[in-house]
Amino acid sequence: MSAVRTDPPAASASPVRDTPPALELRGIDKRFGPVHANRGVSFAIARGTVHGIVGENGAGKSTLMNIVYGFHRADAGEVWVHGRRVDLLRPHDAIAAGIGMVHQHFMLVDNFTVLENVVLGVEGGRRLADGLARARAELERIARDYGLAVPLDAVVEHLPVGLQQRVEILKALYRRAEILILDEPTAVLTPQETDQLFRMLARLREQGKTVILVTHKLREIMAVTDRVTVLRQGAVVHETATRETSERTLAEKMVGRAVSLQVEKTPARPGGVLLAVQDLEVRDRFGVTRVRRASFELRAGEILGIAGVAGNGQSELLEALAGILTPSRGEIVFKGAALVRGGLGPRARRRLGLAHVPEDRLRMGTVAAFSAQANAILGYHDQPAYNRGGLLRGTAIQAGCARKMRDYDVRPPDPGLRLSAFSGGNQQKLVLAREIDCDPQVLLVGQPTRGVDIGAVEFIHRRLVRLRDAGKALLLVSVELDEILGLADRILVMFNGEIVGEVASADATEGKLGLMMAGVKEESV
Amino acid sequence: MSAPGRLPRWADLGLLPIVSLLAALAASAAIIAIVGESPWVALRLMAAGAFGSQEAAGYTLYYATNFIFTGLAVAVAFHAGLFNIGCEGQAYVGGLGVGLVCLGLDHHWPFWAILPVAMCAAAGFGAAWAFIPAWLQARRGSHIVITTIMFNFIASALMTYLLVEVLIKPGQQSPETREFASAACLPSLSALLGRLGLNVSASPLNLAFLFALAAAAFVWVFIWHTRWGYELRTVGQNPSAAVYAGISPPRMMLIAMLLSGALAGGLGLNEVMGVQHRLLLDFPGGAGFVGIAVALMGRNHPVGIFLAAVLFGALYQGGSQLSFDLPRINRDMVVVIQGLVILACGALENLFRTPLAALFARWRHPGEGE
Repeated sequence: MSAVRTDPPAASASPVRDTPPALELRGIDKRFGPVHANRGVSFAIARGTVHGIVGENGAGKSTLMNIVYGFHRADAGEVWVHGRRVDLLRPHDAIAAGIGMVHQHFMLVDNFTVLENVVLGVEGGRRLADGLARARAELERIARDYGLAVPLDAVVEHLPVGLQQRVEILKALYRRAEILILDEPTAVLTPQETDQLFRMLARLREQGKTVILVTHKLREIMAVTDRVTVLRQGAVVHETATRETSERTLAEKMVGRAVSLQVEKTPARPGGVLLAVQDLEVRDRFGVTRVRRASFELRAGEILGIAGVAGNGQSELLEALAGILTPSRGEIVFKGAALVRGGLGPRARRRLGLAHVPEDRLRMGTVAAFSAQANAILGYHDQPAYNRGGLLRGTAIQAGCARKMRDYDVRPPDPGLRLSAFSGGNQQKLVLAREIDCDPQVLLVGQPTRGVDIGAVEFIHRRLVRLRDAGKALLLVSVELDEILGLADRILVMFNGEIVGEVASADATEGKLGLMMAGVKEESV
Repeated sequence: MSAPGRLPRWADLGLLPIVSLLAALAASAAIIAIVGESPWVALRLMAAGAFGSQEAAGYTLYYATNFIFTGLAVAVAFHAGLFNIGCEGQAYVGGLGVGLVCLGLDHHWPFWAILPVAMCAAAGFGAAWAFIPAWLQARRGSHIVITTIMFNFIASALMTYLLVEVLIKPGQQSPETREFASAACLPSLSALLGRLGLNVSASPLNLAFLFALAAAAFVWVFIWHTRWGYELRTVGQNPSAAVYAGISPPRMMLIAMLLSGALAGGLGLNEVMGVQHRLLLDFPGGAGFVGIAVALMGRNHPVGIFLAAVLFGALYQGGSQLSFDLPRINRDMVVVIQGLVILACGALENLFRTPLAALFARWRHPGEGE
């Protein structure tokens, strides 16, 4: 990744010093009810630079970018673009001011061609054919200038994710964007695609475009940006030239205290096989095969990581092991006994000692409208500890939740509070507490730190390692390579539903895993 | 940190409905003024008509009994994420069950033996009528709103056929059954209280009112304090989380709808066994649909449903008094007023929620960042 870095024109000694900044925010303030999302945010971004914006979840990054893109209106403050004050009432105004946005979830019509997607909304004129012809010529020019080759007549749904993202960038450039906002652009990319993206950003910068990169991945900030702004609790807490800072400093500014980015753990001492998977095939509810003939073993006292770009079958594998999806083929053997296909649901598997922290805690792992204590028994509500003859034991449930909150440092420690009132990290700690509390033999963990603040990440990682050291087996699915590399003792890589290779974590490098994640088989790496 | 736009619980449950109600009354007052009557007089007449005498209050609570049953029915389904529009039909068929039991047993069994059978029939017939739409939803994905509406029509046609062709008392024109013997009639509350030495004027209010209160208490315990209520709410709030927890959403949907239909069937006890003492056409009289408004306004909570049911009972009873006393306000005008209350309390609640929430936010964080 560092190879991508071309020497930037440092913002502090910019040759265009006298020209006004591409984007300047002055005292932006925004409140949603009791939530103060942005507090007097002011900073300027010099033209022709890549500017990073980092902050934890809820720090106000998205709100700020939505204000700049005209989705939200600031309660107070001004936005200046190229030295002109602009009123951004809707995205249209932002586009007119030369601001383009590439959303984390692409805004593309899947069954349209690239060309059709790009002209959507700016077709120009009555006859579509004229507009398309003009757009084609213009797009070919843009593609040449910025090195953004995309097959214009390909249907978007057939393109890999990296190319889809390029279409989004093309869309913005076609609308004459001078300032490009990218919101968590690498979340869906392989490391190689990420490198390509960053090369593209460097090229855009050379051509005088301004890029704003919103991310929580500090490594990417270090690799590609010229300056970086750190937000915490809605306010700017730090701003610096990237070359004068470090990942550690940025992390500390984000959290507000010293943090450890490294997971401390001793080598694993694997025991007997607890979970064996043989020739597993899983289809999703549309009948599409998502897992193809997966076979592996999980031993006591180890963390087995499953790496892969999101959407390559990891989620379905996890759900099949948890009993949510029924495999169409193959066998799952838990503690020596086969979990007969479809015969044992999630409830029975939990009772046997197979717990599951799902990938998406809000979609699956919790009920947002319930209180914390009601969530703390989800899946365990039929156990005698929590109900007698069908009647729920309110006091026991509350006491149990209070204890879990104490053990897992869930804040605020109020069992009666609605789950949606907790931060992502605290929700996740509660889910983890619930699943670990019943002393499972095997813990299936999906994306344990997605949307979780750095302080909680540290805590969750320590807990997972401690569980491993207590002789339990952990299956860890994560799309964050850093997390897999930091936690797992062995790593399986999934691509297109297949397990394409296994690497011991000692031999694993990001490059090697990245190639496998792109479908290159192990032998040829 | 709480999400934006959230009200404290007491304001959500208490203040918001009152604000909505006041808004509806203000709109009604404007309409009454346009018609040329004094809103103030109309309001006093309505209040007096609903609560002015023991008899008036008895009528109000008799209407409320129906609304409590149907309101609870809608609420239970709603907690499982289902919109049961079919309470009207389920109540109708539930009443059929009551009627059949009474017609079959009234000359053979004593009251205390008929009552439990009739209760089971009310619940069983109502539940059975809800079962088919529920099964179609759970197993085949047919939308429950559509199927329950259709089942209202089917129930109506079925009952007309039965009353015209089968159950009609021989030798008469109107499609009604014969009157039940006294062993199959619920005692009125004035008779019950009379036995305790309390003198209350006669009204249609009967024992079914107490059953409705018991049903409300049962629903409260079931939904919030049993394992099954927990599972039912989980399915309603987040079906994926339910599957994750090992709960089968189709199964819980069936259970919720059966319970909902059984509660709606309770209306049959009040109307057929408590007041009419025979089966006749269209005895639910729209209470199944009012139940939707009652559940909405009562926030799907038994206490709220009780209060909303009494309010709607008062609107019904006070409204008929109003149209009786003020010639320029006819029956349809009363329906308009009821409609405004439903509109304000159900459909437009977010109209007042957002400004109220903003008000609370400012009150709790005064001057911060301003």
